Amino acid sequence: MSVMLIFLAGIAGVVIWWMAQQRLTSRPWLEVGHVGHPGGGERSPIPPAQIGLYVFLAVVGALFSLFISAYMMRVGTPDWWSTPIPRLLWLNTGALIVSSGAMQWAKTEAQRGRGDPMRAALLAALVTAILFLTGQIFAWRELTQAGYVLADNPANSFFYVITGMHGLHILGGLIALGRTMTRVWNGAVTDRVRLNVSLCATYWHFMLIVWLILFALFAGWANDFADLCRQLLT
Amino acid sequence: MVDIRSGADEVIPLAEVEDVELYHPKSWWTHYVFSQDAKIIAIQYSLTATAIGMVALVLSWLIRLQLGFPGTFNFIDADHYYQFITMHGMIMVIYLLTALFLGGFGNYLIPLMVGARDMVFPYANMLSYWLYLLAVLILAAGFFVPGGPTGAGWTLYPPQAVLSGTPGGQDWGILVMLSSLILFIIGFTMGGLNYVVTVLQGRARGMTLMRMPLTIWGIFTATVMALLAFPALFVACVMMLFDRLLGTSFFMPAIVEMGTQLKQGGGSPILFQHLFWFFGHPEVYIVALPAFGIVSDLISTHARKNIFGYRMMVWAIVIIGALSFVVWAHHMYVSGMNPNFGFFFATTTLIIAVPTAIKVYNWVLTLWRGDIHLTLPMLFALAFIVTFVNGGLTGLFLGNVVVDVPLSDTMFVVAHFHMVMGVAPIMVIFGAIYHWYPKVTGRMLNEAMGQIHFWVTFLGAYLIFFPMHYLGLLGIPRRYHELGETAFIPESAHTLNMFISVMALTVGAAQILFLFNLAWSLKRGRPSGGNPWRATTLEWQTPQTPPAHGNWGKELPVVYRWAYDYSVPGAAEDFIPQNQPGLGMPTREHAS
Repeated sequence: MSVMLIFLAGIAGVVIWWMAQQRLTSRPWLEVGHVGHPGGGERSPIPPAQIGLYVFLAVVGALFSLFISAYMMRVGTPDWWSTPIPRLLWLNTGALIVSSGAMQWAKTEAQRGRGDPMRAALLAALVTAILFLTGQIFAWRELTQAGYVLADNPANSFFYVITGMHGLHILGGLIALGRTMTRVWNGAVTDRVRLNVSLCATYWHFMLIVWLILFALFAGWANDFADLCRQLLT
Repeated sequence: MVDIRSGADEVIPLAEVEDVELYHPKSWWTHYVFSQDAKIIAIQYSLTATAIGMVALVLSWLIRLQLGFPGTFNFIDADHYYQFITMHGMIMVIYLLTALFLGGFGNYLIPLMVGARDMVFPYANMLSYWLYLLAVLILAAGFFVPGGPTGAGWTLYPPQAVLSGTPGGQDWGILVMLSSLILFIIGFTMGGLNYVVTVLQGRARGMTLMRMPLTIWGIFTATVMALLAFPALFVACVMMLFDRLLGTSFFMPAIVEMGTQLKQGGGSPILFQHLFWFFGHPEVYIVALPAFGIVSDLISTHARKNIFGYRMMVWAIVIIGALSFVVWAHHMYVSGMNPNFGFFFATTTLIIAVPTAIKVYNWVLTLWRGDIHLTLPMLFALAFIVTFVNGGLTGLFLGNVVVDVPLSDTMFVVAHFHMVMGVAPIMVIFGAIYHWYPKVTGRMLNEAMGQIHFWVTFLGAYLIFFPMHYLGLLGIPRRYHELGETAFIPESAHTLNMFISVMALTVGAAQILFLFNLAWSLKRGRPSGGNPWRATTLEWQTPQTPPAHGNWGKELPVVYRWAYDYSVPGAAEDFIPQNQPGLGMPTREHAS
């Protein structure tokens, strides 16, 4: 559970940082009549949808931290044979990085108010993300054809479950992106559009980071880290 | 006096908060069924939770019938008994308490108490309820599938949960349970995002965090905890579904079942326990923190006195929330873990007693020299304090490794957690319903029926669970379908079990009276007016009762003070609403 605890420590850090600005030491019973304290306990100017997304990302982060925690507790048991990493995964990783870059580009263009390049960037992000998902499915097929099936070995089971869960999250992101694109396809670049595109971009970057961590985990680079953790705990 | 008045006469410009785009229902269906109004969703959540809670209540009767009169009721065989205790526990903890506190009270109170028109994401809020309903229906369907519901115990420990020896293990039961939980978690996440972001971003002007009523603090912190803890259950459920359906070995060790070696092997049941209790322990506080918050407001309002140590109360809620994430393994003392871990988790567990004790002292000090009105909400609040202290004290026994080991898996544990997270939060739920029913319906609940309900429930609950501690100390194990002729169990224990069962039936019957009261008072109750308890918080200051769609009139309320200005010297009334700038005596103030 060490990974989850590290993640929680991070969340706790954010919470403490935020609470430090909320005047939690004020004496509300003496402060009658004052309405606004700039920067003290009033709501922030960030749009609710963005805060909602951050909270949601914390939940998603907790989910993957827990999967990784479970992985860490199971890795290295006597019946564990690491799953080989199909070369296709490198290509998929590239596609996801490009997708994330395209989202960033779309965000920049949206902020500049330029509709056409923004739409092109969004389309590029959509196509590369779909490419990533297709690639993941092909990687799965490659593995199963090589005999690495789901139930044979815990390493395989973890690989399929965690990549599947990540894929589902990308799929959910694609649905959100699809809705955003139908909304922006013909209209002008309004504040609403800017917000939607920027939210999609945040989600894309987050899922890219999650993927990179998972990739490192499956490629075995994280095993050194796991060994370190185990030594610390025993 | 000077402090209180300073700034009271400032002219404050009206709310600059831009109005949110409100969703306007167009038909009866979108108004009452597929509603996006948090108040309707709250009522839907509450009714669904109550309905499934009644199922769990009946199950508890059946459990007690078997324990009190073993062998008398032939239809309760061992399999059924395990199915009953499993479903009773799971429904009560998750589908009733969590859903009612966060989905029910959270939805109703958050927008009203922070001065918002609605939740920030009404559509996700509606989806949250419908996913919850779906989860409840799937769970209830467990009673009708082949093999019946799962009998794995509410902790669903593998490997037994997915083996053929456990009811539902190789049938549909466990599948139904796991899919229902997964849906519940997805639905809850949608609602939880709403509760958190509404508290952060939906507050009315002047409603600083430190002016929020403690109810909101409790629900807010519990929601944050639930958002971080439920993923652990989600992960455990997904992995167990794979183990059961697709033959993976996440949790399944090598097992020989009925003479055949199972294909699975090498998995770690302890991993499941870690995941489950990483959710399971915060869950206790997910239920307790809203109760803490609500009871603080009930006590303050009905003792006509400001809450003692408001800041401490807020800090204690936050600290309890944080600490509850590092105590989970105290549920696993007997799982064979490293003794150093046990020491660590015993220490963190006992540290939680500090902020919790601060809260108890503050409730008692709020009552001290207060103008205590023994209204029904107050009675239930007082009952909560004593019950919670009782349950908390036995928690000190179980939190220590050496004391826990002999008491583990005895009736003592059952008595402990029923006191602390069963009876205590339920007391708050009842108190809260008596308190806020007038706001929801515009009518008071019947007082006479309420008194009977309170005394039977409160005394009855003690008569059920107090003797149970003694049974536990005798060494009577929990989860046993029948005790049989066992040398160390005296005859008196059987008599006591019978007594407990009779009491359980009585307390259950009192809940039927309560439900009748809810229905009866809807039409026949005494009209309450907008603010029957003369309370300060914003939900009592709405222009209409019950609050109309959008909660407030044309303008959002502006908040000038904290939520606990009761019996302020020099004020016209013994309470000053949060949205009232002065002391309520405009003429005299202007004259001076």
